[in-house]
Amino acid sequence: MITAFRRSRRTPIQRICKRTACGFLLLFLPIVISACLRGRSPDVPGGGVKTVIQNTGSDTMVNLAQAWAEEYVTIAPGVSVEVSGGGSGTGIAALINGTVDIANCSRKMTPDERERAKTNTGKEPREFLVGFDALAVFVHPANPMDEISLDQLAEIYGEKGAITKWSDLGVRLPLDAPDEMILVSRQSNSGTYEYFREAVLGKKRDFRLGTIDMHGSKDVVELVARTPGAIGYSGMGYATGHVKMLSISPKTGTRAYAPTIANTQNGTYPVARPLLMYTLGAPNEAGEKYLQWIFSAHGQKLVALSGYVPLSNLAEPSLQSKGEEELP
Amino acid sequence: MRLRELVNSKELLKEWMIEKLIWICGISAIFFVFGIFFFVFREGADYLLRGFKVTEFFTSIEWYPTSRTQVRYGALALITGTFSVTLLAMFIAVPFGLGAAVFISEFCPPRLRESLKVIIELLAAIPSVVWGFIGLTIMNSLILNLFSAPIGLNVLNGGIILALMSVPIIVSIGEDALKAVPDSYREASLALGCTRWQMIFRVLVPAARNGLLAAVLLGVGRAVGETMAVLMATGHSIRIPGGVLEPVRTLTATIAAELGEAPVHSDHYQVLFIIGILLFSITFVVNLTADLVVRGIRRK
Repeated sequence: MITAFRRSRRTPIQRICKRTACGFLLLFLPIVISACLRGRSPDVPGGGVKTVIQNTGSDTMVNLAQAWAEEYVTIAPGVSVEVSGGGSGTGIAALINGTVDIANCSRKMTPDERERAKTNTGKEPREFLVGFDALAVFVHPANPMDEISLDQLAEIYGEKGAITKWSDLGVRLPLDAPDEMILVSRQSNSGTYEYFREAVLGKKRDFRLGTIDMHGSKDVVELVARTPGAIGYSGMGYATGHVKMLSISPKTGTRAYAPTIANTQNGTYPVARPLLMYTLGAPNEAGEKYLQWIFSAHGQKLVALSGYVPLSNLAEPSLQSKGEEELP
Repeated sequence: MRLRELVNSKELLKEWMIEKLIWICGISAIFFVFGIFFFVFREGADYLLRGFKVTEFFTSIEWYPTSRTQVRYGALALITGTFSVTLLAMFIAVPFGLGAAVFISEFCPPRLRESLKVIIELLAAIPSVVWGFIGLTIMNSLILNLFSAPIGLNVLNGGIILALMSVPIIVSIGEDALKAVPDSYREASLALGCTRWQMIFRVLVPAARNGLLAAVLLGVGRAVGETMAVLMATGHSIRIPGGVLEPVRTLTATIAAELGEAPVHSDHYQVLFIIGILLFSITFVVNLTADLVVRGIRRK
């Protein structure tokens, strides 16, 4: 009696258990198989201990550094690059303490920082230029404007700036679009926001209140593409066919430079900064190979894919040091 | 005999374990609420007691958390942003929601009612990021074209999106409240010669008043606390809106946008938690009011 009762209660549960087990098996079978196959493939040479490269620094570069690290594993399986952000200052502090192999930095090290690194570790920091971060200023394609100066941008974006309407710039928008300028910006802790503030508004000035603060580089471009009266800034690599990029002159009245890769590389485009990597003294063997790969066409392609501007010598795989000493 | 005793004691043990398990489930809700409140308060308390400028926070619109020269934490624009979007959302959602509740509970043929309820519940199940996406793309260009506004991401956009999100809550709770009115009320009023319209507005709505109010307040709670959709649809711009076609920024969106990259335990981080405390207090008050109102119904 009891057994019958219990069996009748258990059967559906057992059935469900069986079914879930089958489901799980079906679900995990491909994973298990792929794991087995991957384990069999001759990836790791000799199965030795992995070499680890510690890579810390700039938040601007963290996505790029992550992309490099992920791609590099497929090329050199014995090397693992551990990337973390925290800001350029964090990277340099780690370099000064000697706790990092490669520091990412979206500004140059100051002489003071170089000195501290030298006294602390006894080694001279080496600087490697790995790409550029160039910001483009976007407007709606129907906007007749073609160029703008840094002074004008400062009056547009700066706190208590004088320019709030398109007519202040002598621009008439077509199709009866409202004259009010819609300023598209980024959230206040993005690296792009900080760099634009530094390059356009200077060290002391703040942004105007009332800008539309988007949460991503792509979102800025998309909003500008939809809004006739908008102006916005974002990485040059995020440009699409639906927006217009303005040429930028350093001062009103001087020559404006188009936001092109060539102008960034030759240093004439005013809103661009170098992306740098620092090592203490000469990089070790794994680090040197890694940097060499970053300078290769493959590594530089990832720079372009991450929305930044690659170095000019795409084909040249040699290691270029901009430090004081030549590499061995 | 012994077998039966064994089974009995086993069943008793099982019963006891299940009872305790359910008890823990029930208690955990209280534990979590207090835990969250404690955590949010602890993260913000240090700055709240140390250097927090209350008057600046509530009266200045200057929100410059990462300024190099002068960091300012004025949240007035964010507070008005939250309230303006919520107000507009309720302005749209309350008539629609209550109207739908009346229709579903009083006028709707039973078959249509079931499918309508399912569809409304489906509306409540749409993730907020999807709503935000609708605001960012469809509503944006719609508002640009219809109103020739300078920008499509504004109070109107956020308000409509939030209204669509809170309507399902208002409808389902409002409908329950109308259903709870005894049929004798309906019969009595019809017997006295009321039209259906008079029955609903003179008898049913006053009788279900508390439940309908609770439905509205829960809708408000939803609108105040919503983050992702307003982050995407309101334009995220610090200003006191002069009209519904101006972009704003809400308290919740500010936390979502800035917390991820504010250094842990910095002033900025703590001020964001103070905003969290403010939001917690707002929703707490709204939900408590709703709860007390609902309790008011039961006592009747």
